[in-house]
Amino acid sequence: MSSIDTLFTQLRSAGRKAFMPFVTAGDPDLDFTAEVIRRLAAQGCSLFEVGVPYSDPIADGPVIQASFTRALGHKIRLADTLATLGGVTPEVRTPIVTMLSYAIVWRHGLERYVAEAKAAGAAGAIVPDLPVEEAGPLAEICRREDFSLIQLVTPLTPRDRARRIAEQATGFIYYVSVAGITGERATLPPEIVENVAWLRSQTPLPICIGFGISRPEHVRMLAPVADGLIVGSAIVRRIGEGAAKSRAQVLQELEAYVGELLAAMTG
Amino acid sequence: MLASTHVPNAAGRFGPFGGRYVPETLTHALEELAAEYERAAAEPSFHADLAALLKHYVGRPSPLYHARRLSQHCGGAQIYLKREDLNHTGSHKINNTLGQALLTRRMGKPRVIAETGAGQHGVATATACAHFGLECVVYMGEEDVRRQRPNVFSMKLLGAEVRPVASGSRTLRDAVNDAFRDWMASAATTHYCLGSVVGPHPFPKMVRDFQSVIGRETRNQCLEQIGRLPDLIVACVGGGSNAAGMFYPFIDDPQVELLGVEAGGRSTKPGDHAATLCFGSPGVLHGSYSYVLQDDDGQTCDVHSVSAGLDYPGTGPEHSYWKQTGRASYTSIRDDEALNAFDTLARTEGILPALESSHAVAKAIELAGQRGRDAVIVVNLSGRGDKDAAEIARLRGLEF
Repeated sequence: MSSIDTLFTQLRSAGRKAFMPFVTAGDPDLDFTAEVIRRLAAQGCSLFEVGVPYSDPIADGPVIQASFTRALGHKIRLADTLATLGGVTPEVRTPIVTMLSYAIVWRHGLERYVAEAKAAGAAGAIVPDLPVEEAGPLAEICRREDFSLIQLVTPLTPRDRARRIAEQATGFIYYVSVAGITGERATLPPEIVENVAWLRSQTPLPICIGFGISRPEHVRMLAPVADGLIVGSAIVRRIGEGAAKSRAQVLQELEAYVGELLAAMTG
Repeated sequence: MLASTHVPNAAGRFGPFGGRYVPETLTHALEELAAEYERAAAEPSFHADLAALLKHYVGRPSPLYHARRLSQHCGGAQIYLKREDLNHTGSHKINNTLGQALLTRRMGKPRVIAETGAGQHGVATATACAHFGLECVVYMGEEDVRRQRPNVFSMKLLGAEVRPVASGSRTLRDAVNDAFRDWMASAATTHYCLGSVVGPHPFPKMVRDFQSVIGRETRNQCLEQIGRLPDLIVACVGGGSNAAGMFYPFIDDPQVELLGVEAGGRSTKPGDHAATLCFGSPGVLHGSYSYVLQDDDGQTCDVHSVSAGLDYPGTGPEHSYWKQTGRASYTSIRDDEALNAFDTLARTEGILPALESSHAVAKAIELAGQRGRDAVIVVNLSGRGDKDAAEIARLRGLEF
């Protein structure tokens, strides 16, 4: 059992849901990324997605793309990101998963990537440009190493395909709320609730929802049907806009924002 | 291993290359497109519709022209030019966009998006959309908007919206990224008319098939005009669509040497060129596994070429396959050599080649001098150079 399996078993038995922030590694630098993880973990976040910056992220909207460009501008390398994770994972109990392009995993070597990410304390990976047909070799290594390979299901995924994805996935299923790129949305389509309910009837894996979630009303709408909610662009934007502020102030504002969403989750 | 023409397989693989590395959100649109293309390709009426358009609207077949003064100038082999520059819209790109526009109509989608580098594919897409009454949005890097102004203006005249892309290197690669982002949210009503033999399956196969009219005509024209197949075919390679369309019908003719010419830019230093097959390594970019110019972390490198259409850090998976099997070979030509070839062709033959095509011309000039007078070299003159006149003037400090 990976630490992700343990997390959701515990949450389910306590009747609680996971709040899962996404942060871009190295924006503005890796020390800050580590500090964000420590602070938000202490506040009650359950799992972190750490985005490994990539030069050509076609699934990402302007906010996350800009954060990748900033991080790469500082010459952030995969080895640096994993070293930072290696430093922070012993301090926090929450599982950390890396989110990265297959371009990076392939270049690094599949076996080597899994070994090094595991050694850094990561519990799994989300590889958003690796659909189920192409994921076989990596999925096999991940299974053998008890390293979760979290896979995505979208509103456009036909149901038989969703079943195939669920069979191959480990850790949890990432349900993409909207057809499109990452980024904050004012409203989310109501059929998410029904789609997630159907998916739940097909797989024992936890289902977490992401893309577009940024407001307390989104959280109140989706928390009841999901095992966890992922918030990315809204957090990355706050970090990006914080360039002119002191780091202490950015952290405080992040905590206030996350606190609001955490309250909506339990409330 | 011999190169096969029976590629790709159902998973979009040319040997190990190709595939479909895209977000889950796009897989449905790609499956739908692949299925529609297979159905269309099996129908004689689809081919008849396309052939009629290519004949009466584009002006095909394009001539195979014996460039006698250029050949004399080189003092060796006979150079023939496949005149794709004479097509409607001035390049080979229209062969593909009309095919994809027919497919768009079959799928009942009202909107088309495209990426463009030099603007030739953008103009060809805007043209096909105007012809069929489809809404058209073209993504184009800001740097390319600057250096290919005439094409930007043409696209607007044709009713297309041109969206400048300000992210990353502000060139073709970033335009591709933004087109994919648009398609992620719009696939239900929108077809992505990709302009080269790159991207996820089925694009590399489909675009190759639509462009293969170039090689089929050339093969027949060689037999008619020369009485035999050429010894060497030269074509420029960015994404590689004109080269793929030219080479594919000759794959099973081992006596015909196939040579792709990439953008050698300023030098062989990383960042100074866009010669992906010459200096890159296999990796994943824009949805397929192929040669990529990347660093050892898997990040795509910035590239440079004087020619916006070759200024791309990836290449088509079938070219990677041909390189691996040895069926085609790949070399590069620097910016200055391409500009010299532009002048030479202009002054010996009265033809202004596109800067992209000038790379192929430059290599042919170099090789013609090393071969005997009865050797035959075919150059795919993929586009005309009017669009480059202002940029050439700027580079030379001349008034336009």
